[in-house]
This record gives sequence, structure tokens and C-alpha cells, in this order.
Amino acid sequence: MAVSIPSIKIAGLPATSVGALAEKILRVVGLPLAGIAMFLLIWHVGANNIETSLGKFPGPAQVLTQTQGLIVEFQEEKQREADFYARQEQRNAAMLEKDPDYKPLIRPYPGKPMFFHQIFTSLKTVFSGFFLAALVAIPLGIAIGLSGALYNAVNPIIQLFKPVSPLAWLPLVTIVVSSIYVNVHPEIPKSYVTSAFTVMLCCLWPTVLNTAVGVASVSSDLNNVSKVLRLNWIRHVRIIVLPAAVPMIFTGLRLSLSTAWMVLIAAEMLSQNPGLGKFVWDEFQNGSSDSLGRIMVAVLTIGLIGYLLDRGMLMLQRKVSWDKQAITR
Amino acid sequence: MKTLLELTQVGIEFKTPKGSFKALENVNLKVADGEFVSLIGHSGCGKSTVLNIVAGLLQATTGGVLLSGREVTEPGPERAVVFQNHSLLPWLSAYENVEIAVKEVFRGKKSRAEMKEWIEHNLELVHMSHALHRLPHEISGGMKQRVGIARALAMEPQVLLMDEPFGALDALTRAHLQDSLMEIQKTLKNTVIMITHDVDEAVLLSDRIVMMTNGPAATIGEILEIDLPRPRNRLELADDAHYNHWRHEVLAFLYEKQRKVEDFAQHAKKKNDTKTEKTPRMKVVS
Repeated sequence: MAVSIPSIKIAGLPATSVGALAEKILRVVGLPLAGIAMFLLIWHVGANNIETSLGKFPGPAQVLTQTQGLIVEFQEEKQREADFYARQEQRNAAMLEKDPDYKPLIRPYPGKPMFFHQIFTSLKTVFSGFFLAALVAIPLGIAIGLSGALYNAVNPIIQLFKPVSPLAWLPLVTIVVSSIYVNVHPEIPKSYVTSAFTVMLCCLWPTVLNTAVGVASVSSDLNNVSKVLRLNWIRHVRIIVLPAAVPMIFTGLRLSLSTAWMVLIAAEMLSQNPGLGKFVWDEFQNGSSDSLGRIMVAVLTIGLIGYLLDRGMLMLQRKVSWDKQAITR
Repeated sequence: MKTLLELTQVGIEFKTPKGSFKALENVNLKVADGEFVSLIGHSGCGKSTVLNIVAGLLQATTGGVLLSGREVTEPGPERAVVFQNHSLLPWLSAYENVEIAVKEVFRGKKSRAEMKEWIEHNLELVHMSHALHRLPHEISGGMKQRVGIARALAMEPQVLLMDEPFGALDALTRAHLQDSLMEIQKTLKNTVIMITHDVDEAVLLSDRIVMMTNGPAATIGEILEIDLPRPRNRLELADDAHYNHWRHEVLAFLYEKQRKVEDFAQHAKKKNDTKTEKTPRMKVVS
């Protein structure tokens, strides 16, 4: 895991340092840019050669247009929403003037969720599932890491469920949620609960396993320290085991969040949770000439958010982990 | 002097996949209050096993250990251990590492302020006052070992057990720490059992040197009373005939009477056998 790109120190003799600096800039900035340019070129040429029933496959230029389109649409929609509420305010004011007993009424804007709202919904759903998973996975991981017997007992079950795809869970989760979650709160729709639970079921495992390994590999010396101090069970876990396992717990959480984000899109497509997954699905069903371009925008957005989530977790991991050598990228 | 610690007919057998392995047999030793005893012997002879039995980390198969007349059955802070590789909690500073021990041992006996003072006092004893809030990975190996000693001293143990405390350090650092230990010993007059590989270290620090025979079924071969006057100074002793006599005695025991006869391959094999129990239970990371 601990692999890093070898880096050339900038400090050195003045004569060579300019050259070294230039080389470093080239490597850190130039090469990635060249890679991206290369990718755009291949994408452009490739896209031009794929004919579909909805026209040509979207190239970089079309995706840019569609991105701008989505932003404009979003702004227009926001304007319409503002106008809608302004009109209601006006009407209410007018009614009040005529009849002082009139009870002002504001109806919610009935517009459909826009792309940027959907991003927010997706993030909310993925974090709900992820937190639920962490809440179960960390204690479970600690328990099976501490007890070899428990590990042997639970391990087959973990190995059995670990490879199960979210698509297999979803129908079951949907049915169970429908039968249990009857009094639906308008703020917490069923589709959201279903998606979050599916995400949870799929992203539990990396955290469980990594926590268990982290706990089980606490050095025997530290365990001996604990014994000499006669720490009781709870204090042993709190003072020795938990901090010792923190680096591995966070490695697990980071893997879990990546899994959660991947699973989420599939879950949203099928459960119709109004997030990015539904956006992709709706555009696919829509089948207009813009659809493929818009789906491609969603694909890139999903990738970018996934990347940012991973970076965020990495930063958090670096901050809380005492083992500064364990993590690199 | 009054006997503080008594090992009687101590023996231990380990279960290995190839049957049981008798590591120690008939170990008898009395340690007086305030005495500094070194255990010396070839690697693999069971020195650490003796120490771990006294610490309570291992249970003797035969015989037993009495501390102040009470049988040792489990580990405890009255038999504090200084481990070879410091075993500080890597996420805690020097101060916090000592604090953990002090909080456990003196809970309800010392006030907060008294604890703070006691922690700082012990770190001062080992000359670590300048780096109270450094993390273990920020300080040198010698400094880590100093903190380890401070942590053990802070438990106010009846017996201080040291498992090759300076084994992993370079010669200069080791000499510094030995001097520090002698200085501390002069004031605190702790009862110490120390395992060492280093003949000079054993002669310089000890009141008695317990020399162990080679395993399997290792036991105590000879005991030397080192009657050199204290305080001892390593420079003066370097040319001291008496000192060199004791040095010679230890060397003669180790390299003539208990010369390692096993060939290397056999030795390595045996080492692997005894290590099987340490194999990690889980390996998979996914």
C-alpha cells in the first residue's frame, strides 16, 4: 500500500536546482495535462466514429455544451421558482388587503429536481448509508478482531455476503422497507431509505475486515503493557486497541466510502431515488438527442465526486492516524 | 538481607506441533530487597521466559514464584516490565505514556496535581524533561527506552523487570543509559532483574549475575557475586583487575562451559518451532 512516486529534492546546488525545478513542474503539472489532452483527443476521435440511434456518441465539445445547458436550465428553474413564490406573496398580500381574516397560504414549488439538486440528494443518501454501515461495521470489526473464536464463526458469513451485488439486494430491501416503513414521512421518501440501506449492506465489509485485522494485529508488546497495568476489558479496548487500530479502521472506511458511491448510482437507478442514478436513468428513458451528452456529464460528475470523496477521506485519515507512514495515496 | 522474590523449582513446557518442549527446569533463585540481579546466557536459553514467569505473563508448569510471600499468578504493576523495544503507545507523547501507567496505579490514591508532579518527576529521573510532549516517533531509540523506564518506575514496582532494555541501542547510547540507571538505582534502591547479552553491562550494573545453561531444559548454571564497591565508574573499572576477573568469569562460563554446540541450521529450525505460536491469526486485508 505504501508506494509513493519517487521525488527529486528541489534543494541542491543552485546550478542544478533550476533544472530540477523545471523537471518537477513538468512531472507534476505537465504530464497529467498531457495525459488529459491525449484522452480528450482519443475521446473526440472515438466518439465521432460511434453512430447511435440518438446520433453520434457525445464528444468532449458536446459534453461541454450540455454542461452549460444544465447550468442554464438550473438558473432558469431557480428563477421560475423565485417568480412562483413572488407571485404567491403578491397574491397573498392582495388577498390580505381585501380580507384581513385571510390566512396566507404558500404552496411549494412543484418543479422537478434539477441536476444540481440530484447531486445533493445523492450525497445525502450515500453518507446516510455510509454512516449506518460504519456504525455497525466498526463495533463488529472490533469484536471479531478481539476474539479469534468469534472471527472464525462470523468469517464465513462475511465472505458469503461480501461479493453480493447491490442489484441483488435491492428488490429484497425495497420489499422489506415497503412493509416496515409504512407511515412515510414526506421528507424521508421510501426510495431514499431503500437506497441508503442497500448502500449500507454493500459497503459494510471493507470496514469490518480492516477493523478486525487492525485490532487483531495490535502488537503483543502493547497487549503485555495492558496486562501489566491490569487494564480491564473496556479500558483495554479504549486505551490500547482502538487507537492502535485507527489507521486500519480508516483504511476500511475509505474503501467503504468508495464502494458506497459506486453502489449508490445503481441503487438510485432502480429505486428511483431522485439522485444522479435517477438522472442517468431518466435521460436514458428520455432518448432525446441531448440525452447521451447529459449522461456523459453525469458520468464525469460521478467520477469527480467519487474522487473528491476519496481525497476527503484520505485527508481525514492523515489527520487522525498516528501512523504517518502507513498512508500515501 | 530480606528475601523479596523467590523462584522455587520453576519449570515450563510449551506445547508445539511436534509435542511438548521443555524450556526451563529446576530454576531456583532468591532475590533480596534492593538487589540488582542480571540474567545472562546464550540467546534461546530461556532468560526471557524466566522474566515473563516472574512478570506473570507466562505461567510456570512446575514450581512457582513468591513475591513478598504471595504467589504470582497474573501480571501486575508491582512487577513493572521494561520491554526490549520500548513498547510505548505510538500515538501518545512521552508524558501521556507515563500518565497512563500512573492513572491506573494511583487512581484514587493521588490527586490530579500529585499525579502530574509524579509523572514529571519520573521523566526527570530519566532526563526526559525536555521532551515531555514529543511522540515516540519523534525521539531517538535511547530516549524511547528512557520513557519506557520512566513508565515502569512510575508504577513504584516492588521488582523492576528489564528484558534486554538496552539491547537495541548503539554502544554510546547504551553507556549513557547504564549510567542513568546506576544513578537512579543509587537513590531509589529498586529491586531489579535485568536480562542482558552484554558481559560488561552485567558486571558493571549487577550485585549478582545469574548465568543460565543452554536449553532445552535450561536452568541456572552458576551465580556470581559481584562485590565491586559502588558507585562504580566505567572508566576506572576498565583497568581494574577485580572487574576484569569477573568479566573473565562470565566469559569463561559463556564461551567455555556453555559453548553453543548446535550448528546454525539446527538452531534456526528450533527458533522457528518456538515462534509458531506467534504467527498472526489473520492476514487478509481487502
